[in-house]
Amino acid sequence: MSEKKVKRREFIFTATYAVGAVGVGATVWPLIDQMNPDASVKALASTEVDISNVEKGQSITVLWRGKPVFIRRRTDEEIAKARDVNIDELKHPEKDEDRAKDPEWLVMLGVCTHLGCVPLGDKGEYGGWFCPCHGSHYDTSGRIRKGPAPTNMEVPKYEFVNSNTIKIG
Amino acid sequence: MSDHEYTPSSKFGKWFNDRLPLLTLGKHLTDYPTPKNLNYWWTFGGILTFCLITQIVTGLILAMHYVAHADLAFGSVEHIMRNVNYGWLIRYVHANGASMFFLAVYIHIFRSLYYGSYKSPREIIWILGMIIYILMMAAAFMGYVLPWGQMSFWGATVITNLFSAIPLVGESIVTWLWGGYSVDNPTLTRFFSLHYLIPFLILGLVVLHIWALHVPGNNNPIGIDLKKPSKDTVPFHPYIVIKDLFALLIFLIVFAFFVFYSPNILGHADNYIEANPMVTPAHIVPEWYLLPFYAILRSVPDKLLGVIAMFGALFILVILPWLDTSKTRSAIFRPLYKQFYWFLVADVLILGYVGAMPAEGIYLLVARVATAYYFAHFLIILPILSRKEKVLDVPLSITEPVLGGAVSASAVRQKKDKL
Repeated sequence: MSEKKVKRREFIFTATYAVGAVGVGATVWPLIDQMNPDASVKALASTEVDISNVEKGQSITVLWRGKPVFIRRRTDEEIAKARDVNIDELKHPEKDEDRAKDPEWLVMLGVCTHLGCVPLGDKGEYGGWFCPCHGSHYDTSGRIRKGPAPTNMEVPKYEFVNSNTIKIG
Repeated sequence: MSDHEYTPSSKFGKWFNDRLPLLTLGKHLTDYPTPKNLNYWWTFGGILTFCLITQIVTGLILAMHYVAHADLAFGSVEHIMRNVNYGWLIRYVHANGASMFFLAVYIHIFRSLYYGSYKSPREIIWILGMIIYILMMAAAFMGYVLPWGQMSFWGATVITNLFSAIPLVGESIVTWLWGGYSVDNPTLTRFFSLHYLIPFLILGLVVLHIWALHVPGNNNPIGIDLKKPSKDTVPFHPYIVIKDLFALLIFLIVFAFFVFYSPNILGHADNYIEANPMVTPAHIVPEWYLLPFYAILRSVPDKLLGVIAMFGALFILVILPWLDTSKTRSAIFRPLYKQFYWFLVADVLILGYVGAMPAEGIYLLVARVATAYYFAHFLIILPILSRKEKVLDVPLSITEPVLGGAVSASAVRQKKDKL
């Protein structure tokens, strides 16, 4: 066989493998992607919450996308405590001003960023939340202060529809 | 293995065997030469096969009555317990059967560690065993989710969240695993599907595990290579079959004790509360057989490193044949290894205990020390022992120490000199 023919054959082999790999990939993708959130799950993307009955120092928990969302009407003392922190000392530095649009209302996912448990309110060494699963302490802004959780509790996208209603999502 | 040509006696048998040599396989299995000094620690392979078949049969039946839906699963399990004929029995056998399966597999693994069964030429048997063990944990975890109680739900949440520790793609992987933004109905249905699949994967791997075993043959308490068949071996049937059956009978007494007298002692009361995504139980604890790994996870204060340590504790077992390179297999002839072996057993039991306790104060400290020791055992102690340990003389055959009384180093040396 001549040199040229061998090269041609190698090219055909490589091209065949490449096309085959793309074909296999395209076939397997639907089998993998079917496990991602389906249309009905995505459709439940936002929820409106009535907050007119929440007094200062109280919090309510609502379910959004299968996850609890904490809505807390903070006391002046809690706000002061959250804002009076040197953010350079924080594990995940975030200003309280950036987490709570209206300082009185703290809205965040009630999901510990360690392994997803629901932290308990009014507990822990920083007067905020405490996760009973693996001992993470959060402050009155929901920021991680002590324990294994890597980041602050997540603030979801939300807006005040009017003074009595919050829309999450 | 010298598989001498086998000819069935009947004409039909011969006709069939020429087309599909099942009878040859049967003959190989009954005649299979087995070391004659195998002790009762060697009966757990048979016990584990029994456990796997029990789980498959009871699981098949439970699937006829169980409904994999977030709104119906919890009720359907109670329906099995109260309405289905003998449903309570079948479910309790399945639930406690998982614990019995792990009890047997831990004894089986520690048997291998003591007698060096993972060493050359049995590395592939060991690795297949470790894959089976990891699949067992996956199956047990997903099975525990199916009743959709509080422990099911929060166990699933915590374990799936382990993957969120992976940098960059972690969150997407977790969403993909869940099929949503939290553990919910899509998670339950896929866990049911996989829980049904895994036992059959395990069954296939068990066939490979036994196939790989039948190439070099069984290891034995003194850990020497044998000529097969010889004065040192007995045929598998009836000698080992009877011994295995007797051990199985004793094992079944323990099994029956749990099923009939304390069917819920290994579970958690919280799992009789239906799953509630708004409230995490005060103490979430995995099943007892996962506790040592859970303790390792919690002992590391960093999320990603904790997850790495936990999976590393498993992976380190897979590469064990290349960490312990001592030519002497059995701990009987390794005086130092024997001591460190028992330290490891104690260490794993301590990890299991602190894994069940809250992660604070003294428990956390103990967990950290025990975790460090676990890794030190495999990464530091074993490689050093492999090089430095002065091992005792190993007898040349099984028959020799039996006929010549106790294993004494001097007797062996004299024998060697004569040879």
